[in-house]
Amino acid sequence: MNIQDYKGVFVFAQQVDNELSGIALELVGKGKDLAKDLGTEVTAVLVGSGIKGLADELAEYGADKVIVVDDPELKEYRTEPYAHALASVINEFKPEIFLVGATAIGRDLGPRVSARIHTGLTADCTQLDIGDFPINPIPGKEQLHNQLLMTRPAFGGNTIATIACPNFRPQMATVRPGVMQKAERVPGAKAEVIEFNPGFTPDNKYVEILKIVKSVSDVADIMDAKILVSGGRGVGSAENFKLLDDLAEVLGGTVSCSRAVVDAGWKPKDLQVGQTGKTVRPNVYFAIGISGAIQHVAGMEESDIIIAINKDESAPIFDVADYGIVGDLNKIVPALTEKLKAELANK
Amino acid sequence: MKIVVCVKQVPDTKGGVKFNPDGTLDRGAMLTIMNPDDKAGLEAALRLKDQYGAEVTVLTMGLPKAEEVLREAIAMGADKGILVTDRVLGGADTWATSQTLAGALRNLDYDLIITGRQAIDGDTAQVGPQISEHLGIPVISYAQKIEVEGDSVIVERQFDDRYHVLKAKMPCLITALAELNEPRYMTPGGIFDAYKADITVWGRADLKDVDDSNLGLKGSPTQIAKASDKVRKGAGEKVNLDAAASVDYIIDKLKVKHVI
Repeated sequence: MNIQDYKGVFVFAQQVDNELSGIALELVGKGKDLAKDLGTEVTAVLVGSGIKGLADELAEYGADKVIVVDDPELKEYRTEPYAHALASVINEFKPEIFLVGATAIGRDLGPRVSARIHTGLTADCTQLDIGDFPINPIPGKEQLHNQLLMTRPAFGGNTIATIACPNFRPQMATVRPGVMQKAERVPGAKAEVIEFNPGFTPDNKYVEILKIVKSVSDVADIMDAKILVSGGRGVGSAENFKLLDDLAEVLGGTVSCSRAVVDAGWKPKDLQVGQTGKTVRPNVYFAIGISGAIQHVAGMEESDIIIAINKDESAPIFDVADYGIVGDLNKIVPALTEKLKAELANK
Repeated sequence: MKIVVCVKQVPDTKGGVKFNPDGTLDRGAMLTIMNPDDKAGLEAALRLKDQYGAEVTVLTMGLPKAEEVLREAIAMGADKGILVTDRVLGGADTWATSQTLAGALRNLDYDLIITGRQAIDGDTAQVGPQISEHLGIPVISYAQKIEVEGDSVIVERQFDDRYHVLKAKMPCLITALAELNEPRYMTPGGIFDAYKADITVWGRADLKDVDDSNLGLKGSPTQIAKASDKVRKGAGEKVNLDAAASVDYIIDKLKVKHVI
């Protein structure tokens, strides 16, 4: 492998049902920053069937180029044809960096692709920088420049590690959704569109899709919410979440929850914040009856304002809260809702 | 049917993590457990054994102490345990780990390989799909239900807002979620068997068709640049007031911050 042959920042532009996933635009945004630091371009790789029309949206969010792999075999996500598409793009275009979202699709696809092309893959990154490796010079060891430094939580969020991939290309990472920022949309911006089809021949590795069952959910995505009213085990019951629903309604917010609540069956998994749920960064995060286990905190600590209500004065959630209120949520939350109603009615 | 389940012995992160003065993980001070997703994978294999009849082999890579999780698996109902342990395999990233396990698996007959989705110490979810790539077999990750039909498996595979029902020809690799099932307990007879059982121990020389350049720390494409305790933003204000005053306090803060 001649590392100098590998140029440019590529991102996998995940789409589902021919709609771009939020992570696709977040990766274009981050890829643009990295490309700027390296003096190169960001290329989005769009894979699916009948998806060429999405290239313009990627361009408006900052993609310099869009590689489109369009084939009927790619209509629904399946590991093998998608892995073949990405591995073929990498072999053909030789990017120095390749980013994939740490979604259910990306965490399946990323390892399969990195194993096929023999490179490293860093999972669930929350920060990406261009820098030196080793970070500080070590006598007798060459310090490499312009390396991708990939930072991720490990050991259940107790530590953070920064990883480099100095001797293999591309440097690959999966990136947690909701952590990177989309760029400002530039209406009418255009990208160079390159169509590429490596050919798809089904073999033993192609699985057959017998059925697709979509969960019917009219709930807003908690990752898009500006205000989250989040409840934990301390809320006490599924019925008692009514208190949180009412508060969220007054504030135009959305209800979310901790893992304990999902485990208890009070709320569905797609409302779960944390290490095994979603990463959120709303303007305001109410943590109500949430003790603040490290796995939960890992998913919400980037929120602009954290307001915690908990009757246990020593709950670890108070260690990350901007405003901590020790008290009974059953008294405070309904009173807060009523008073806010009055306040907002006067405006 | 022959099933191989890959399991990992991991530190129990639930009780927090303990560090040595130099910042490395103090594994000796922490309890170890069988990784939860792997245990669900083992339970899924044992249910297939109950339902269709199967030989279940558990495979692990680790320090000699990792033999403990193999005995636990046998006490739950697995038939055999294989430990891959060798100094030259230490410090492996997911690439080198999957190469090691694939090298061990090439010695075995299997219709199905089951791994956990991810281990609670690394949380990468990479080793299962990477093993399947090295062995050239299909992978179905995030399984929430597994059935066997003739020479195929039918698996419900979880995505964010949907699930796919997938059919794959065996041999095939499946990664399991802890939510898949409630693992059974060890039985007294099983514990007796586990105590007596011979654990097969393999070293580097027993791995098939793997180059040295793909093993251990030296064979790992990723390298740690820095590891540190997470720096958190720290506590803000904390008040202990009656309900009415608490409400006023929150509303005041929401106003100051221009939320309302």
